[in-house]
Amino acid sequence: MTSASPLGNGATWTIPSVREALLAKRISARELVSDFLARIEKRNPELNAFLALSPERAYAQADRLDASIAAKEKLPSLAGLPLAVKDVLSTHGVPTTCASRMLEGYRPPYDATAIERLESAGAMVLGKTNCDEFAMGGSNENSAYGPVRNPVALDRVPGGSSGGSAAAVAAGLAVVALGTDTGGSIRQPGAFCGIPGLMPTYGRVSRYGLIAFASSLDRIGPFARTVRDAAEVLAVIAGRDPKDSTSAEAPVPDYVAKLDEPVKGLRIGVPTDYFGKGLDDGVRAKVEAGIALLERLGCERVPLRMPHTDYAVATYYLIATAEASSNLARYDGVRYGLRVPGTTLMEMYRNTRGRGFGPEVKRRIMLGTYALSAGYYDAYYLKAQKVRALIARDFAEAFRQADVIVTPTSPVVPFRLGERVADPLAMYLADIYTVTGSLAGVPGISVPSGKTAEGLPVGLQIFGPAFAEDRILRLAHAFEQAGGAHV
Amino acid sequence: MKITREDVARVAELAHLDLSETELATISRQLDSILTYVEKLNELNTDDVEPMAQVVPPRSTTDGQSAGTPLREDTIEPCTVIGEVLAGAPDPDPPYFRVPKVIER
Repeated sequence: MTSASPLGNGATWTIPSVREALLAKRISARELVSDFLARIEKRNPELNAFLALSPERAYAQADRLDASIAAKEKLPSLAGLPLAVKDVLSTHGVPTTCASRMLEGYRPPYDATAIERLESAGAMVLGKTNCDEFAMGGSNENSAYGPVRNPVALDRVPGGSSGGSAAAVAAGLAVVALGTDTGGSIRQPGAFCGIPGLMPTYGRVSRYGLIAFASSLDRIGPFARTVRDAAEVLAVIAGRDPKDSTSAEAPVPDYVAKLDEPVKGLRIGVPTDYFGKGLDDGVRAKVEAGIALLERLGCERVPLRMPHTDYAVATYYLIATAEASSNLARYDGVRYGLRVPGTTLMEMYRNTRGRGFGPEVKRRIMLGTYALSAGYYDAYYLKAQKVRALIARDFAEAFRQADVIVTPTSPVVPFRLGERVADPLAMYLADIYTVTGSLAGVPGISVPSGKTAEGLPVGLQIFGPAFAEDRILRLAHAFEQAGGAHV
Repeated sequence: MKITREDVARVAELAHLDLSETELATISRQLDSILTYVEKLNELNTDDVEPMAQVVPPRSTTDGQSAGTPLREDTIEPCTVIGEVLAGAPDPDPPYFRVPKVIER
């Protein structure tokens, strides 16, 4: 774990400490980049968290910052932040594969808005992180470039789909990483790797440059080692972008300033439906201990029901795969990525898609195509959209009784590599606690809530009403400060 | 059985996916178990429920407080990356993408 550098193992840096060290001239931005790249070089063969590095880009940014520091200019809010980016986000000139053979060698001609904003605020992009292919999976075992290992327990999965981003931050190979969350892909790997992971409200963060999986669900958000860092990053990436028509025109509060507002008196909704069968006993114990800590902080526990929870996995997998089957139609060997030749156009399409996509992506395209096909649309896709409305109604009703909703992030602890690959349905069912909030469009954060007897991290999930990121960040921050990671 | 091997082969055609016999067999079995599972949605009466296609309702105006996704002006902006886009294509013939013959003569 220790690097040859005198600067420690990387897992101690935060956004404020980077800034402070730069201003005090204890380290330069260039040294930070070389230090982190050296650490990645050393640990990545084992973890497989990064698919590509972008040293030129990181050093160019570092040199701009160092010049700025030398000239005593005012530093932007994320100056010198070593950042990793999930490989589904477009980076100009830097390979972006979505962990798929389909996009091997693809270099986007432009940057995602979220990355552009983070770089404008001083972040330094170290490289692109591994994930499940096209963000489809919950274990990172669906990457065409091999699985990621969980830095907390190397024989275990880091969760998915943003497993590389979570592992990178947990292992100190980046201070912050961007992930994407369609059905839990930030929150669950955050829980599995023992770090905070934030899924903002649908529409809060521009998705321009995010390679689409399921457009009514996809969101971009940060992994960080502290809730404060996650708030710092959200403050930069949130807000309307004319290049994304689904980005909302809603005011962006000062998330960092609001972190220290009191949490006493907050009503914590605890839905009994999230604590039923299938919930691992070790996880249950730690989430209950986490809720008890929130009560000690002066929050009021409000038991409630969210009766459609049990239908969320079926609803999610119909809607997400239907949207995916449509979004992934663009991979046809014509404009980018892989082409497998054929004598006719149709044969070229079929060969390219047959070879380029991995098993999970094919399975989802097949399910989605079936759910949208003539004769089945009403029974599957339309039905799922109606149940989605009922699930959103559960949330609206719950937020009349409570200010936030608190649940386990995942019903299970990080499992061993290979342990669950044979049964896709069982893997889908483990998404039960995260897909609900995805369907409803509300924000959610997973924060570490102790470890099981085996030493495996448990995540506590906090949902808030749409655009109330400030509230869930404030509660998560109070929880973290009160020792939530060690309950 | 919710779905037969023939159904699966037909869906693969629709999705333009070349699947091997082994893949067809595996996917048939897996889709069958997934489709059996999603049947549970039929336990719910949704006759009076409006389908929910998206979360944030689109609007042309906003009051500056609540969320909205206003439509932008329909103006033409220049594309500055055509060269880079074509350079990344499998078989570019600027300003075109070349594909195998579409019409047989």
